[in-house]
Amino acid sequence: MDAKQEILARIRRATVDVTEKDPVKDQPVNWTYGLGIEMDDVVGTFEQKVIDYSATVVRSKPAGVPEAVVAGLKATGATDSVVVPAGLEKSWQDAMTAAGFEVRVDEPQLSHETLDQTDAVVTAAASGIADTGTIVLDHTEDQGRRALSLVPDRHVCVVKASQVVSDVPESVQNLRPSVEAGHPLTFISGGSATSDIELSRVDGVHGPRTLYVVLVED
Amino acid sequence: MTTELRRITEGNYGVARLTPAPEHGGTFLGQPKFPKAVKNELKLVVQRKNMRNATTTIRNKRALRVTETPNWEDIRQAAYEVKNRVGRHLDYYLEQAEKSLTANGVHVHWARDAEEANRIVGEIAKAKGVQEVVKIKSITTQETDLNEHLEEQGIAAWETDLAELIVQLGHDRPSHIVVPGIHRNRAEVREIFLREMKNYGRPCPEDITSNPPELANAARLHLREKFLRAKVAVSGANFILADTGSLVIVESEGNGRMCLTLPDTLISLVGIEKVLPSYDDLEIFLKLLPRSATGERMNPYNSVWSGVTPNDGPQEQHVVFMDNGRTNVLADPVGREVLRCIRCASCINVCPVYERAGGHAYGSVYPGPIGITLTPQLRGIDDPVDRGMPYACTLCAACVEVCPVKIPFTDIIVHLRNRVADAERKEFSTDVEVAAEKALMKAAAWVLGDYKHWETTMYATRAAGRVVGKHKIGPLPVPVANRWLDYRNVDHIPSQTFRDWWKANRGEEK
Repeated sequence: MDAKQEILARIRRATVDVTEKDPVKDQPVNWTYGLGIEMDDVVGTFEQKVIDYSATVVRSKPAGVPEAVVAGLKATGATDSVVVPAGLEKSWQDAMTAAGFEVRVDEPQLSHETLDQTDAVVTAAASGIADTGTIVLDHTEDQGRRALSLVPDRHVCVVKASQVVSDVPESVQNLRPSVEAGHPLTFISGGSATSDIELSRVDGVHGPRTLYVVLVED
Repeated sequence: MTTELRRITEGNYGVARLTPAPEHGGTFLGQPKFPKAVKNELKLVVQRKNMRNATTTIRNKRALRVTETPNWEDIRQAAYEVKNRVGRHLDYYLEQAEKSLTANGVHVHWARDAEEANRIVGEIAKAKGVQEVVKIKSITTQETDLNEHLEEQGIAAWETDLAELIVQLGHDRPSHIVVPGIHRNRAEVREIFLREMKNYGRPCPEDITSNPPELANAARLHLREKFLRAKVAVSGANFILADTGSLVIVESEGNGRMCLTLPDTLISLVGIEKVLPSYDDLEIFLKLLPRSATGERMNPYNSVWSGVTPNDGPQEQHVVFMDNGRTNVLADPVGREVLRCIRCASCINVCPVYERAGGHAYGSVYPGPIGITLTPQLRGIDDPVDRGMPYACTLCAACVEVCPVKIPFTDIIVHLRNRVADAERKEFSTDVEVAAEKALMKAAAWVLGDYKHWETTMYATRAAGRVVGKHKIGPLPVPVANRWLDYRNVDHIPSQTFRDWWKANRGEEK
């Protein structure tokens, strides 16, 4: 018997006491999926919770986003180069170039070394979660492949107010089509951090050490 | 600045190795059982202080996050039900997960035990011709001692989680399942980094202080070259989503994202109980796990990936479903409840025994309440270390209160003590300690079995009381009894029994 068959046989022997074969009938789950939380100001809560992770949040009108992105790059200390996904809004890229940044478009794919030697990355986002201050990327065209928003040390992320929901379940539900289409998801709550030394939180280990969020009031 | 892979003898017990040699070959074989092992651990004053600070901090953080979540009990109940559903129909969900993963371009393997799991991972790495792999979420691979297996194959396995790095470079063993280096303080971490990093890659800056941000930065620099050149990564997973064929990793530092994104090949070794029925169930566990584990509303990074994504991340992916004793756990209707565990460690963080003993005394990569309930079921109770484990508990049930998936630890511990006692009566009756305990219990059964026996015994104590007089009883060199008396004074033995007193004072009420 191969390993798979043997393990399955062991499982069936171990669960002979389970007589109802339909898992849903056998063990119901009393949970309503996809529910939000009542909150007065979803976008304001999101903003506050992101700031709690010691990230920066600035609000911008849609027309002001290119300038806000450039200001964000400068605020995080980026001086020379920026990585952008190929699908990033053109007007943002133009503003960066006009501000003197070398814009490195990930098409064709940049090497790991190039990503490592680039000051910052600019991406859009797929979802924002107010209760936990989380940004979710689904790595579609305006966010790029996962390495882009990981290797450079500064991440300027543009989140639309209309993308922000109250709690994790709503966001997970909204992102289901992305997952079904094969896209990976990355949930980002503040910058990279560790609590591994004496459980004291240190911001910034391997992921981008600085997170700067442009919150678009659309 | 780049460094090359080389073999190092310094600190490795005279053996030239690619990675730091762990103490005792990394395994727990031959370790004394808990009551003996704990004696040495209790003498480690610095470790005890580190543990007290750390567990107090994390307990309070968790409590705060739970109080700000009004429907916490509903979430716990839902998680309990979802995990029960999986356990009771594990064959169904594993086959579904295999089908979904395969459709997503993943090679699925099955491993009956640790040896088979190690062999599968080793063969894939060898076929790729690599000399090193980077690792994330390593507890399952510690269960199989994968690093040592790969070292034997001439492949260096680098731990990339900061705490795991501290443990690996420190020639140490993990002592906690979420914060494996919890027993080390910042000064110790600095020493380890200064002494060891230079042998295994980019050295630690000579002028480093013990300030945690500086230490974290040293780890960042040391590991970055390993991430950038790694061709193969080995991971665990927090969850497998059966319907979408996705894996989920919940982490903090970004080392997980590095491992899951930069290499060409990804091998994920996962316990068969890690499957969840549906992607939808993620919402329950993402609310529960970070708050329970690190006391955060959400941990910094979660990765969800559904097999191979063209032009993004590893283009070759393997998932190994490992049994290694889990089906034995499932076969026990009482014991199987531990399979709901999501490895948050909240039980460990509240355990008064763990806080004082530390994680090394248990003799398992899983210490604390989850360790003493899971390990003897996974490994069986043939070894005295495993038979000792269910006794590393005061039955205070603090763990039962906090467990996010409602594992009734104390019920399982009592159940396992029964199993151990049964086995010892039948199979291990020649063990001196077991024989002494049995004799004691037999005597107690005789004394308590009949009121006349009890009275006779009481006469004996009355006689003893007259001999000893009004002296308190301190340490005495009496076997078994000395364990109690070494630490406690016993009041003088009364020369009158309660029954005598009753007859004398209340006799008329008969």
